[in-house]
Amino acid sequence: MLSVSALMGSAALMTMSDDAKASTEWAEHFQKNYRLMTDEEKAEARTRLERRYSSEYGKKVAVDTTGPQPGVLMGYALNVRKCIGCRRCVHACVEENNQSRGTRPGEKIEWIQVLRMERGEFSKDKMNHGYPEGLGIQVGGNAYTPAGQVLEGQYHYNPEAVPEKDATYMPIACMQCEKPPCVKVCPVRTTYREADGPVVIDYNWCIGCKMCMNACPYWARRFNLTKPVLPKEEMNPVTHYLGNRPRMRGVVEKCHWCLQRTRHDRYPACVEVCPVGARKFGNLLDPESEVSKILERKNVFRLKAELNTFPKFFYFYD
Amino acid sequence: MQQLISFTTDYTRYVLKGGTKFYAWMGSLALLIVGMMYVFYLQNTDGLIVTGMTSQISDGLYLANLVFLVGVAAGAVTIVFPAYVYHHEGMHKVAVLGEMLAITAVIMVMVFVFAHMGRPDRLWHMIPPRGIYSFSSMLGWDVMVLNGYLILNFVCGFYYLWCKYTGNPVNQKWFIPLVYVAIAWALSIHTVTAFLMANNPARPMWFHSMMPIRFIATAFAAGPALIILIFLVIRKNTRFWVDDSAIKLLTTIVQFCLGIAIFLTLSEVVVELYARTEHANGLYYLMFGLHGLTGLVPWFWSSLVLMVGAFVMFFMPSFRNDFDKLRIPCAMAFTGIWIEKGMGLIVPGYIPSPIGEVTEYHPSFVEWLMVLGIWAFGFFILTILLKGAIGILLGEIKHGGPAAAAK
Repeated sequence: MLSVSALMGSAALMTMSDDAKASTEWAEHFQKNYRLMTDEEKAEARTRLERRYSSEYGKKVAVDTTGPQPGVLMGYALNVRKCIGCRRCVHACVEENNQSRGTRPGEKIEWIQVLRMERGEFSKDKMNHGYPEGLGIQVGGNAYTPAGQVLEGQYHYNPEAVPEKDATYMPIACMQCEKPPCVKVCPVRTTYREADGPVVIDYNWCIGCKMCMNACPYWARRFNLTKPVLPKEEMNPVTHYLGNRPRMRGVVEKCHWCLQRTRHDRYPACVEVCPVGARKFGNLLDPESEVSKILERKNVFRLKAELNTFPKFFYFYD
Repeated sequence: MQQLISFTTDYTRYVLKGGTKFYAWMGSLALLIVGMMYVFYLQNTDGLIVTGMTSQISDGLYLANLVFLVGVAAGAVTIVFPAYVYHHEGMHKVAVLGEMLAITAVIMVMVFVFAHMGRPDRLWHMIPPRGIYSFSSMLGWDVMVLNGYLILNFVCGFYYLWCKYTGNPVNQKWFIPLVYVAIAWALSIHTVTAFLMANNPARPMWFHSMMPIRFIATAFAAGPALIILIFLVIRKNTRFWVDDSAIKLLTTIVQFCLGIAIFLTLSEVVVELYARTEHANGLYYLMFGLHGLTGLVPWFWSSLVLMVGAFVMFFMPSFRNDFDKLRIPCAMAFTGIWIEKGMGLIVPGYIPSPIGEVTEYHPSFVEWLMVLGIWAFGFFILTILLKGAIGILLGEIKHGGPAAAAK
């Protein structure tokens, strides 16, 4: 395999050696796992990417490599009571993080899913229906409607007005687990937890084996089935190496809490755009931060807590 | 060294020679292999979008075949084990053929690994020193045990053939221990593959400790079922005679393991559907459909019918003792398990998704062509390996040429 990839790389180099794209791709192909790079190698990788992206998207693209700051552990809290299901966070995230926005199935990637939950319904006429019916002995009731299962694509709902009367909303995305199952199963250690909390991916090292997608209990990960569809004019040129830089075909991606923003004391795009202030973000190690205060005073819960993944994404009520 | 060169040339010359039937067979396989290469090219230029896989159903036919073929590779141990541990004479004669099958199956597994990956060009990222090997990843372990199994079978199989070729006695001192290691190793490959799926609490359909034993039971039914079919072909088309006793013992193994496999499947159905928690949704989708989607229902029931039907047939002396009719339950068991482990286990693990979205998986033409091509590739290798092995066992390939063979 080594030799095949070497051949492919050198073929690219020989045929298009003038082209900035080809030569950088060749160097990119043989670069190391990001975490094992020295500072010089990181700087080289960064320049390479900046050159390639700038020529590809026709604008000055910056690839940030700022590392985690000491004394920071990022945390997120979401007020489920307040969420109105407008899905502005979903769209803001797509724009900020350079997700693929094609029209073919599989070309459209959204990291945030707003789960639209039907309000459970207990109706009088179904109350005394036991099952199996007709045996003469009541074994249960049928005064319920099963909730929580939808057909694919229903979370891309688009109502005329929100909030809808018969629904509640539960936005989810990567939970940035403290014990991430996806990290454990990665055979090449390309996905890992950064020192300040978020679980990130080195897209250049990912082999696309999709084991992390099997392991994630929150369905946070997406696969680039093809080269992401990212129009030049819509591309966000402020990027981070482990964050929102444009991905390539055949690798996995997911939410990283907008590293390109949060490492520079800005809020993630979804927090900034939320019209009702349901989303809170901050430093869990700082007792004065908003998230810390919420954890201290509110009733919080984590999704699928029984799986011991210890998300740093909390839900709370007022 | 001289001997090695003559072994290689004699072996190659022998396997390349054949009648019209042989060339027609190899030619049609080659055609399918070319098809496979084309779709592999498509997958690595357009991307996996040419398959039916999505972010919801991130694996399908490829992983299913991969898992099934690991079972076939492990299943070869049903020949090697009775041959070397119980000194079963009929099996001992054909043990090396089992090793050839194991080699083939492992190679096919590796091609399926390539097929299902998003970036096969980066596979070297897994291999130290330039790459990183992760001991916490089940896939890492799987790659390690599979490669180990390939090497073990290659060494055992070809060393044995080499001794037959040169006429030297087999050095029992290290050969027999190595065979025992290979036997234990066979269990490890399928156990690790089961862990690959089962160690995911995110996927309730897979997340139970029954998976390894179920994998091994189905493997030891499907593997020998295929071996019986191959042996019957060999008996018909070559001068090499596989003893009745070997086929009979394999039949018994297939039947017992098939019985255990059916029992485990039904146990799972009872446990899951009695309580009918949300964790049973995958199984429920498989058996009856969910939310109006019923794509896998025919697969499940046809698999069950095939497996139970084959199990019953194996009881009937008319099928068990008549080797012409024996093909029917063997083919049924093989197909039934292929479905059960593939469409019936891998795919419902993804449906519904961990957040409750119910989707359907529609394998694309590209995927079917890839699967067909890789199977053709497997049969291509298997034909060569078996032909060479049989030639040596028959004494038609012999050091010193035909003169020595005639002696």
